[in-house]
Amino acid sequence: MKVTGAQAIIKCLKEQGVEVIFGFPGGAVIDLYDELEKSDITHVLVRHEQAAVHAADAYGRVKGDVGVALVTSGPGATNTVTGIASAYMDSIPLVVFTGQVPTALIGNDAFQEVDIVGITRPCTKHNYLVKDANELVSIIREAFYIARTGRPGPVLIDLPKDVVNSKINFEEPTPIKMQTYRPTYEPHPGQIAKACKEILKAKKPVVYAGGGVIASNSNEDLTELATKLNMPVTMTLMGLGGFPGTHKLSMGMLGMHGTYYANMAVSQCDLLIAIGARFDDRVTGKIAAFAPYAKIIHVDIDPTSISKNVKVDIPIVADCKHALIAMNRWFDVQEDFKEKEQEEKTSPWIDEINDWKRKHPLGYVEEGDIIKPQYVVQKLHELTNGDAIISTEVGQNQMWAAQFYHFNLPRHFLTSGGLGVMGYGFPAAIGAQMAAPGRTIIDIAGDGSLQMNIQELATARQYKCPVKVAILNNNFLGMVRQWQELFYDKRYAATGLEVAPDFVKVAQAYGAVGLRATKVSEVVPVIKEALATDNTVFMDFVIAREEGVYPMVPAGKATTEMLLV
Amino acid sequence: MKHTISVLLQNKPGVLSRVTGLFSGRGFNIESLCVAETLDPGVSCLTLVTRGPDPIIEQITKQLHKLIDVIKVVDISESDYVEREMVLIRVKAEANTRAEVLRVIDIFRGKVVDVSPKSYAVEITGPRSKIKAVIDILKPIGIQEIVRTGTIAMARAKKF
Repeated sequence: MKVTGAQAIIKCLKEQGVEVIFGFPGGAVIDLYDELEKSDITHVLVRHEQAAVHAADAYGRVKGDVGVALVTSGPGATNTVTGIASAYMDSIPLVVFTGQVPTALIGNDAFQEVDIVGITRPCTKHNYLVKDANELVSIIREAFYIARTGRPGPVLIDLPKDVVNSKINFEEPTPIKMQTYRPTYEPHPGQIAKACKEILKAKKPVVYAGGGVIASNSNEDLTELATKLNMPVTMTLMGLGGFPGTHKLSMGMLGMHGTYYANMAVSQCDLLIAIGARFDDRVTGKIAAFAPYAKIIHVDIDPTSISKNVKVDIPIVADCKHALIAMNRWFDVQEDFKEKEQEEKTSPWIDEINDWKRKHPLGYVEEGDIIKPQYVVQKLHELTNGDAIISTEVGQNQMWAAQFYHFNLPRHFLTSGGLGVMGYGFPAAIGAQMAAPGRTIIDIAGDGSLQMNIQELATARQYKCPVKVAILNNNFLGMVRQWQELFYDKRYAATGLEVAPDFVKVAQAYGAVGLRATKVSEVVPVIKEALATDNTVFMDFVIAREEGVYPMVPAGKATTEMLLV
Repeated sequence: MKHTISVLLQNKPGVLSRVTGLFSGRGFNIESLCVAETLDPGVSCLTLVTRGPDPIIEQITKQLHKLIDVIKVVDISESDYVEREMVLIRVKAEANTRAEVLRVIDIFRGKVVDVSPKSYAVEITGPRSKIKAVIDILKPIGIQEIVRTGTIAMARAKKF
């Protein structure tokens, strides 16, 4: 069947099950937009291309599928780079379409021309410049396949204008077979047996779960393994929700702003079982002092993650779900394995951890009428029954959200973990709302981060996304200020936000609702009113200005050297 | 430790830049690099020489393998292999040294590929050590220009 390139792209999107895409038009993609307008795919017009990518990222996370963004050439393309790099670091499946000048003009410094394939090469899983229209369809199919399989990631497709306008043959899809790309899903049975035997030997095991558990939808398998073997679980920022945060075996997050007990447990454990995590520097602190007494088992689908930062004793290259199922099954068929005995074996260890929990729980100091940010997050958790989808910006707001909103389910916590993008949370909330229309979506934000993509208020209003933004407003770039307080003699270089907008009025200017709380007694009423409002809401919580995030492991120190509340 | 890594990759635009970008982006070093197509024009063979401790070399091979366009990665210095480089040298050859240059070239089984009244251009192939030896000997006579390829290498076939 002969179709235009633009028609072929729309047909491919339909074939991939795409219902919503996020984008911003321009000259190079005008023909594709014309075709998009005729289709039943919902297009969300953002107000800045970076937001399109963050929204697509969050949409994909909530749906458990590939997010799609579409932008024009030149500045449209370069504006997506931050969003793409964030998705790459967090292993989020995305397909980003960028317009490009006609093939004949490529390399001529044409108007709005940029080598976006060159620019994004280091921050995409793969990228394509479609030079031959006949390859368009197979490239799109391959791109979706690469984005969603293996360790997921963003794929960019650069579309020259003449390719989009050419007439091509549209052929029905055939199964994708790539000579050079075959991710390993099934674990090696020998390695599984080795790992399981090591687990049986351990007296002080710790499970360290990362984003891979969520990407592979293996939260239930993880819970089964941890409870079957009575092993405590700690999660990375990306892994939150991979194991129920309120479970008695949960130790919450580990690392720089992790809990006292998680960091202590890792420092004392005799076996560390890393599942879909990558030993990031924010998790390990000083490498030499990380899990010094432990044998390490590491399950990851990406071989480059294994033994990259920390030497691993038992590597298992596999999809986390397949590996966890195999481990669970291994224990199920062991005749001499008794859950009761195992429970008794690790219970002294669990008691030790519970002592740490009692000694230094997560907490904060109340200060009369002054609102503490942790209190706001606690109340958000309480009033949403822990059931909201939470996005965050980056910095203190992100850490308080991670510490005090105890996520019980995967795909409920959306944050820019690896790249740490200020401005991620608000567009992400919009993307999440498009994926889950009936759900409560809250962006836990800082006043600094929110201003990096505050223009998306228009998008939220246009698409009737009743997202709630909880601004923890301390009139500071708080995380950097905290470092300056602790390590730079309180010289607050460029972290005071001397001019700040009135967030209530900003919300109102866009036809959204603005609410403000300046004292503790106003927090709950504001949250209740926001949750009852069927509109976008900014909640401006004026919080203790110099509140810090604790525990804190200073950069480069051992994770046991925590500064506590 | 020096490692010679052989990479088969799809012969597509931008592939070389994916490989070199990986090295610069992750701070790995490349001592030499040689690429050309194989019998199959759709596939190129890239030979690169790098140095680093074992964990880095492990990362290099894994990261190369992770590139979508890469078909196969082999650290051929892990077993027996042959390696060759080629060098073109223009060496001063005046009346009093012409004969000596020819003798030296002959000893190293080189070839004269260009002659002028005052110089010879010669071609030498061999492993790195041999190329270095030739250069050391010809230097005092007067090297005017030098162009070298990177290393290419091939694993030795199993003997039994």
